[in-house]
Amino acid sequence: MSPTLVILLVGCLVASHCAIVGTFLVLRKMALLGDAISHAVLPGIAIAFLLGGGRAPWAVVLGAGAFGVLTVFLVELFVRTRRLKEDASIGVVFPALFAVGVVLISRYAYSVDIDTECVLYGEIAYSPWDSLLLFGRDWGPKALWINGGVLALNLLLVAFFFKELKLSSFDPRLSAALGFSPVLIQYLLMSAVSITVVGAFESVGAILVVAMLVVPPATAYLLSDRLGTMLILGVLFGCLSAVAGYGLSRAIDCSIAGAMACSAGLFFALALLFSPRYGIVAQSVKQRRKVRLIYASLGKPGPTVAPDKKAGR
Amino acid sequence: MDLTYTLRNVAFGAAILGIVGGVLGSFTVLRKQSLLGDALAHAALPGVCLAFLLTGTKSPFALLGGAMLAGAVGSLVILVIVRWSRVKEDSAIGIVLSVFFGAGIVLLTYIQRLPLGNQSGLDRFLFGQAATLMPRDIAVMATLGTMAMIAVLLFYKEFKILCFDRDYGESLGFSMRAVEIFLTMLLVVVVVVGLQTVGVVLMVATLITPAAAARQWTDRLGIMLLIAATIGGSSGAIGALLSASVDRLPTGPTIVILSSTILVISLLASPKRGLFKTFHDHRLMTRRIRRENLLKDLYRIGEAEQNWKKSVAWPLLMGMRGQSGKEVEQSSQRLEKAGLVETGADSLRLTDRGFIEAEEVVRKHRLWEVYLTRQLELPSDHVHRDAEAMEHALDKETVAEIAEMLGHPQIDPHGRRIPPAREEK
Repeated sequence: MSPTLVILLVGCLVASHCAIVGTFLVLRKMALLGDAISHAVLPGIAIAFLLGGGRAPWAVVLGAGAFGVLTVFLVELFVRTRRLKEDASIGVVFPALFAVGVVLISRYAYSVDIDTECVLYGEIAYSPWDSLLLFGRDWGPKALWINGGVLALNLLLVAFFFKELKLSSFDPRLSAALGFSPVLIQYLLMSAVSITVVGAFESVGAILVVAMLVVPPATAYLLSDRLGTMLILGVLFGCLSAVAGYGLSRAIDCSIAGAMACSAGLFFALALLFSPRYGIVAQSVKQRRKVRLIYASLGKPGPTVAPDKKAGR
Repeated sequence: MDLTYTLRNVAFGAAILGIVGGVLGSFTVLRKQSLLGDALAHAALPGVCLAFLLTGTKSPFALLGGAMLAGAVGSLVILVIVRWSRVKEDSAIGIVLSVFFGAGIVLLTYIQRLPLGNQSGLDRFLFGQAATLMPRDIAVMATLGTMAMIAVLLFYKEFKILCFDRDYGESLGFSMRAVEIFLTMLLVVVVVVGLQTVGVVLMVATLITPAAAARQWTDRLGIMLLIAATIGGSSGAIGALLSASVDRLPTGPTIVILSSTILVISLLASPKRGLFKTFHDHRLMTRRIRRENLLKDLYRIGEAEQNWKKSVAWPLLMGMRGQSGKEVEQSSQRLEKAGLVETGADSLRLTDRGFIEAEEVVRKHRLWEVYLTRQLELPSDHVHRDAEAMEHALDKETVAEIAEMLGHPQIDPHGRRIPPAREEK
């Protein structure tokens, strides 16, 4: 396979599996948990490196996965004991774990070929051309396998628990009343997020994972009112961003992951402005029409601009 | 000389950052916007790169200026997304964080391939290198930090209203949106100042962790700010000194680990809200409830034969609530110590003082039952369980008030006698 094709495929796989779980994160107002997990897994990786004595890929995934679940557990613990609000809980847990990871690495693993930049930013903080080769020759197929596997897992999760996920995302109380434990579904989803983040950021870097988890689903959220449509649109925009980002990075010779995140942002900006129902333009047109109607019903000439800018909501 | 001079610089800078971060972080924690700082830290990167591209220098003024501009734009974008679309705040923060940072990475990699020669070192904004802080960096930090603190002092009242009762502030004629934007801009300043010291990822902890720890010790905003500043400042200074004296101990993570440790201690041990205290209170409460229940059970067994001081066998008491022998023994030992019961070989009986105490519990229970049936018009078979809980929670004054309100009833809804209050006898 050519390096280009591998990169595009990996990008689309990451975009797809991230969009699937990301949709539920966005709907449940937990978009930042992906960010937290992607940083908090660092000590897990460091420990796996120290114990495994090198790059044992499965040890790394296992260590990272364990710390992903630990992050979720700690965040929930502080929230449940009502000592911290959810945002503060996320905000204290992941930097603490990340700091432990950095210290572990700089104290004990300085001789091993591992550093925070390489782990967290994929190819980014390094020279992009090296990692392009890395993708093409050695890592490419592995990233394909890992991300393909994660995609399959996430598809299975959604296929089996679509109803439960949907219900507990929109109406947790009804869900509990009907006998689906929202807590169980929550942990199931969070484990899936952990696996997704860990599987993906090894190949593409943390920042692209965070972007793909949040931005395409948020874009889809602006364009649809149905969960199924939102999932499909999320995957679609994710893949579009991956392809467009790759093109951008080739055009101006820059970081691929960064460019993919940028294009995802571009699609979001377009949807934010021009979504037919929820876009800013459509909203303000609707608002203006409403104002004009009200004036018309009062038998007065309408103003040329909306009288109160605050009415845009 | 030189080493200690550098060290003093770094410790001083880290302390300033800790103090200012703790104070402004307190506001973001209270406003449930803890992760805004994370987004701002990430959003600063493209600004740093653009400033470098445009000016071609690495002077702190240019780079910090660019970072602040980008941070300000990022925070405004979050405001716009939340206000003008259905996308919620957490997603908006995530979008700005990842897209701005992605753009920063794009610019950074673009710059790294330019044939300029002086571009290295820009990435210290990414990971933070406190050891490279120069005196002029410290001077900038101190100036900006002092300005931010003065601003907090001047606008303390407005910020307080913003945190706790936005609508009230609006009704007083303050433009709360303007206050919000101003506070966010101060946050941008602090975040940008901190980036070089602790790096993008740990910046959020510099803001949030001391504030979250301070929250555990007090319910007053002013005191919380002081405590957060103390925790932030001391973990900054100590962390910097520690990392300088131990090999391969990076500064930023050391600071964060210190403040996180303080947070864990605060969560567990704070005398007000600490988990230890809560756990202890809970245990004391459980024990008191058990003792009061035991007194009440003795009373009710005695009531059947109108012989209040009757000796009651252990198994009977255990059977009344399905308690283990150990639980009953524990409660009765404490009651005996307090002189409320006398224990025989295998039985218990109330003393005079114990009888008075037991009467009090029973009175609370039965009065509450009357209150529920009369005032809330609950059926009499629905009130016992509620009364079981309330008999341990009501204080003397409330009981007197309830009795007064109900006209000192003699009989409870189940037809049993309510013991009269002691003063009335």
